[in-house]
Amino acid sequence: MEKIKTSQTRRSFLKSSLLASGGLMISFSGLSKYTSDSGTTPLLAEEWSEITGYIKITPDNVIKILNPNPEFGQNVMTSLPMMVAEELDVDWKKVIVEMGPHDNAKLGPQFTGGSNSIRMYWRPLREAGAAARQMLRDAAAQTWGVPVEEVTTKAAMLYHAKSGKSATYGEVASKAASLEIPKGVALKDVKKLSVVGTSQKNVEGLKIVTGKPLFAMDYQFDGMLVAMIEHPPAFGKKLKSFDATETLKMPGIKDVYSFKLYEDGFEQAGFDTRTFNDLLVVVGNTTWEVMNARKKLKVQWEPISDTKDTMAGRGGKREVIVPAGLESTPAQLAKMAEFATMPAQQLRKDGDPETAFKNAAQILERTYTAPFLAHNCMEPMNFFAHVTEEKALLVGPLQAPGWSEPTLAKLLNLPPEKIEIQMTRMGGGFGLRAYSHYMYEAALISRKVKAPIKLVYSREDDMTYGIYRPMYTATYRAALDANKNLIAFHVKGGGIPEHPIHANRFPAGAVDNYLAEGWTIPSNITIGAFRAPRSNFNAAAEQSFLDELAELMGKDPIDFRLELLKRAKEKPVGERNEYDADRYAGVLKLVKEKSGWNNPENKKYSRGVAAYFCHASYAAHVVDMIIKDGQPYVEQVFSAMDCGVVINPDAAINMVQGAVVDGIGNAFYGALTHKKGTPEQNNFNRYRMIRLREAPKRIDVSFVENEIDPTGLGEPPFPPVFAAVANALYKSTGKRVYNQPFINEWKLNSEKINKM
Amino acid sequence: MAVINLNVNGKKQTVDVDPKTPVLWVLRDHLNLVGTKFGCGIAQCGACTIHLDGTAVRSCQLPVSVVGEKAITTIEGLSERGDHPVQQAWLEHDVPQCGYCQAGQIMSAAALLKANPTPSDEQIESAMNGNLCRCGTYVRIKAAIKTAATAKS
Repeated sequence: MEKIKTSQTRRSFLKSSLLASGGLMISFSGLSKYTSDSGTTPLLAEEWSEITGYIKITPDNVIKILNPNPEFGQNVMTSLPMMVAEELDVDWKKVIVEMGPHDNAKLGPQFTGGSNSIRMYWRPLREAGAAARQMLRDAAAQTWGVPVEEVTTKAAMLYHAKSGKSATYGEVASKAASLEIPKGVALKDVKKLSVVGTSQKNVEGLKIVTGKPLFAMDYQFDGMLVAMIEHPPAFGKKLKSFDATETLKMPGIKDVYSFKLYEDGFEQAGFDTRTFNDLLVVVGNTTWEVMNARKKLKVQWEPISDTKDTMAGRGGKREVIVPAGLESTPAQLAKMAEFATMPAQQLRKDGDPETAFKNAAQILERTYTAPFLAHNCMEPMNFFAHVTEEKALLVGPLQAPGWSEPTLAKLLNLPPEKIEIQMTRMGGGFGLRAYSHYMYEAALISRKVKAPIKLVYSREDDMTYGIYRPMYTATYRAALDANKNLIAFHVKGGGIPEHPIHANRFPAGAVDNYLAEGWTIPSNITIGAFRAPRSNFNAAAEQSFLDELAELMGKDPIDFRLELLKRAKEKPVGERNEYDADRYAGVLKLVKEKSGWNNPENKKYSRGVAAYFCHASYAAHVVDMIIKDGQPYVEQVFSAMDCGVVINPDAAINMVQGAVVDGIGNAFYGALTHKKGTPEQNNFNRYRMIRLREAPKRIDVSFVENEIDPTGLGEPPFPPVFAAVANALYKSTGKRVYNQPFINEWKLNSEKINKM
Repeated sequence: MAVINLNVNGKKQTVDVDPKTPVLWVLRDHLNLVGTKFGCGIAQCGACTIHLDGTAVRSCQLPVSVVGEKAITTIEGLSERGDHPVQQAWLEHDVPQCGYCQAGQIMSAAALLKANPTPSDEQIESAMNGNLCRCGTYVRIKAAIKTAATAKS
């Protein structure tokens, strides 16, 4: 246990323990510490002075920066501390980076989602670094009896030129820690940043490539048992009865019982989910023993009736009816087609679209669909829990522990200060780990069996538990006058169980007569955020439609978009347009240039282009497709991003490249279908994921260089990939694809073409 | 249950387990070698890849009883200090995003380069196609393997 001296107000229980320990103390740790360049430093005397909640310094000038936000592969463990180091004025290579505790009062909102990590911490973390540097300068000035204005810093050293005095940060850290944290310290000019904007390696790279325990799945605890849950095999079913006689005879098995996740009437918060409420759990000594023993369970399931959920998050308390029924994909598609013809909720209307469509010389109408998608994080859901009557320790992968802690406190009937949630590196998240049913389940199991337990989902458990990307459809219509001018635009979208429409995005603002509508179909299949929620479908549909529309109008697809953006910039329609037309046009121009859009050499490829705005950022891609071994293959991709200031360029490139691969994979293959409520894919033998052979040879990523505060990066490059792929497929076969996963429709199209 | 002797990362180990237990769970739950990952349990994702006498195998489908005298190497035993050419190339290209699949990727790549120090693109694709990466780091995986091949040859 390291000891800390601090002037910070911390959580009350921590504060009291600090007071009891008498403030600054020294302890020794046998663990060697990792520095940011992935080297190690020798055994340290751990006397840390805490200067702001994010920085700790030892007398021998070892500097530790805490990463506040959960890491799921988006590089925050490296990029966020870089922002602190920038203003603190330290040698990044010598900094130790550590995952911070879950403490929202001290370390901010601490959530990974909505491509928010960098943008929400951009100011607070630089301010923390700047404030700490100010405190260190103040401490040196007081020690030396010189004016603070004359104290300068360089690479964790303090200097007073006139007297020739110098000191390390460490030498004055203890004194600095006793000073008040100053507010409003000036930040560096964005043009003069020296850590931010340089490519720095992942601080956990060495641990990852040597297989060190980083994930909750790897977590060990004395006396820990393993638990696995048997949930209903189909949406719309629940537990009726079970016989565990044979299971309990299996070696290593401790307990089999059923439990309710929520009691009737339990008020669920905004990110609580209730896919299956009556759960059957098997607890044993080791994972394999539990997996094996589960096979001996004899379980009866029965259909659910309509079920009432009480939601009490944002938007106030309300009752939601979850319908009974065993749904199948063909019937879902038919129902969506039926709903698409019925009146829907108007989301935005500009001008007089009805009249414009009535008077149109030509109308283009196209309908797009997309299936449920499973997140399929490589690390299946799991959580460690050690819950007693007095307190609870939870260790595991969560994108937003603070959103779940109040519900956990209610479920366990413990005050929040008796609950400690430790954030582990996540083996992927993609939105799914914003929902924390598996943490609640683990906590309830640990309390019941009175032991520390790790709840482990098998791949099948994980893939069939729901919280999927919803099933969507949208019909797009465009009206042209006799001169082929675009006079009206209409989008009507729906889904199971939410609609995808972002009514105030492009091309809203660029067309005089505009209508956006949405409708929904309730379902017992649970859904949740999936990398760029709704956008991931909208971009696929809208950007394919614009490609087809440009062709009908006899225009180049990039030039057509630029014309619309020019209109939106110069004479915008409506006032609620979310996007900045200049930044949107900027990525299109950049990708046009980088891809050699009009270069005849690229004629050998079937080229597709698409762009999109979401999470305050702009992305455009050009994909170059060929037919390889009889299959469509995206050989190279050019990507242009505008996400404002880029913190860690090489890591940002990695993110965009990953988003491109993810987009190609989901566009071609992604689908979770149902038969009588049962998911038809439950592991990677049936759920088709993109593999290395199908990944492009080259993904060339360019960033628009500007000084705008950072905007989102993890999600924005993902949605437009789908449409770029669809548009390239059209170039390849001469037939458009409208229904995801595209590979199925491409096959049908190819067969038709071959028969002709 | 049965007492089984194993050679793991050059060290003799004895475990008392159900002989049908996959090597993956022996490593993770009995020997505390958690670098080898559980991803799918049906040899479809490659996260559990280890070496058996230098050949890449999926440990989730390998009963511990059939290992016998064969040498097991896990990511923890690939090198002393993370300085195997494949690990070094992975660091140079900063391949990982979430990192969960990477031990399996590295073990597959190391076995490939051991058998074929200068693989062609097609040979890399064929050897690595069984390892899923949900974050989509494939472009960097390919580049890192080429770097490691150059470093070795």
